[in-house]
Amino acid sequence: MIELEGLTKRYGDKLAVDGLTCTVRPGMVTGFLGPNGAGKSTTMRMMLDLDNPTSGTVRIDGRHYRQLHNPLRTVGALLDAKAIHGGRSAYNHLLCLAQSNGIDAVRVREVLDVVGLTPVARKRAKGFSLGMGQRLGIAAALLGDPQILMFDEPVNGLDPEGIHWIRNLMKSLAAQGRTVFVSSHLMSEMALTAEHLIVIGQGRLLADTSMSEFIAQNSRSFVRMRSPEGERLRDVLSGAGITAVPAADGALEVHGEDAEHLGELAARHRITLHELSPQRASLEEAFMRLTAGAVEYHAHPNHQARPPEAGWGADWQKKGS
Amino acid sequence: MAVAAQVLRSEWTKVRSVRSTVWTLGVAVLVTVGLGALISKLAGDDYDKLSVREKFTFDPTFISFAGMGLGQLALIVFGVLVIANEYSTGMIRTSLAAVPQRGVFLFSKITVATLLALVIGMATSFLTFFLGQAMLGDHRAYLGDPGVLRAVIGGGLYMALITMFSMGVAAMLRSPMLSLGILMPFFFLISNILQGVSATRKVAHYLPDKAGQKVMQVIPGTDETPYGPWGGLGIMVLWVVAALLGGYAVLKRRDA
Repeated sequence: MIELEGLTKRYGDKLAVDGLTCTVRPGMVTGFLGPNGAGKSTTMRMMLDLDNPTSGTVRIDGRHYRQLHNPLRTVGALLDAKAIHGGRSAYNHLLCLAQSNGIDAVRVREVLDVVGLTPVARKRAKGFSLGMGQRLGIAAALLGDPQILMFDEPVNGLDPEGIHWIRNLMKSLAAQGRTVFVSSHLMSEMALTAEHLIVIGQGRLLADTSMSEFIAQNSRSFVRMRSPEGERLRDVLSGAGITAVPAADGALEVHGEDAEHLGELAARHRITLHELSPQRASLEEAFMRLTAGAVEYHAHPNHQARPPEAGWGADWQKKGS
Repeated sequence: MAVAAQVLRSEWTKVRSVRSTVWTLGVAVLVTVGLGALISKLAGDDYDKLSVREKFTFDPTFISFAGMGLGQLALIVFGVLVIANEYSTGMIRTSLAAVPQRGVFLFSKITVATLLALVIGMATSFLTFFLGQAMLGDHRAYLGDPGVLRAVIGGGLYMALITMFSMGVAAMLRSPMLSLGILMPFFFLISNILQGVSATRKVAHYLPDKAGQKVMQVIPGTDETPYGPWGGLGIMVLWVVAALLGGYAVLKRRDA
């Protein structure tokens, strides 16, 4: 179990992590989600005592990381697959880590086998592909057979086979009762592996919820309707007691009604429709809305279908136009 | 203490498993011994051409260490790479996650590299002395002569200390390029220039290399240094302690 309490990191006048309080529980994969630059890596570095928090604390099974005896036996982490000396062989890289934590050298061969690097164990890590480097980083995380595992963007740069392998590995580790904490900036990736979600944006906690709850709240279906007689359509809908929310492009979005019923209603009032389409908000959209800005999120918690006005992705759109 | 023993083993694995260890230490031995032998040969051949005054201060032991000025640069590279490569490769984050006690980490790393530099340095020092003396022929010194054994052992200590000093500097600067960019010209050029100019000679006496090299002199020479051989080595030790404390303070305080 990992407990964060008021964790804060300030670089100059920029708050990278802002009063983060949450708990990562054992027996499941917890997804740590946020756009690039949200403070995920900084948070993970503070968990491992690599960076000093400006304020707040991290406790690993009730203790500070520095107080852990042979920490690799408690926490295994893959922060950056490139955080290795390229001149050292995979075997020696793992051996020096094992020795520093009193782990038997036999275990080095075991984890090399688990990640499938045995054939290149004596090769220098310099020549490894990104995927192989990632596997070596995972081997290092597994070395001490720890109860807590942390992976920072583990699927980055992996081929489909490698991604599949990592997903299954994380699930099986969680199924063994371990705490698995994995960061990503891709909601779709998390939807496939994580049972619990911690979402941050601009260093602040935006959501701490189970994945099923997040899906139930955010993937609500609605119907898009477009008509040259938008005003009349709206009146008809409200006359029938149906609330329609105008979308950015002039269309209307209707929640909680099926398309057949809406189509028949429009036909009865002889309203021309250019579009009548059932929609399902994707988790990715829900995530983007959530991270579009903490202020906006708090101000309009019920406008589920509102597109983001600014925030993640808005910058390049501006630059592009 | 059990932790320190584990980390010492780990750091030994690290230092022996990269090629740079072999080539930096190898170059240090070859350059020091090779250049020492060559200069000893030349000095021995030219002995008869020296003035009486020069013959009086002729120091065959110190002459055989003439290659060390260049050979020490390879040891500086060794010391810098041991520390700063952790930063340049990103390995430092993996290392400190495994050993969060930063004092133990740095102490173990420096201990392992220093012991290795000391063993290599001692062997080099004795080798370059014997080979140099053989080249000097009739003008040679013997290990049993007064002060000679001290000078030869001092040469080995000097090589270990210069390695420690560069490790301390690298721990402060955390970058191999920056560390080498400062240490190399300093020990190769600046320190010699300061010693060569009469106005700055007094300052140069207190630089780590110039003070430390005093231990290898058997015949005092003409320039008056205000300290003896061990005093000189003591000044160098103070520099080393300062560099290591600075390195420790940086490692302790800064984010990895």
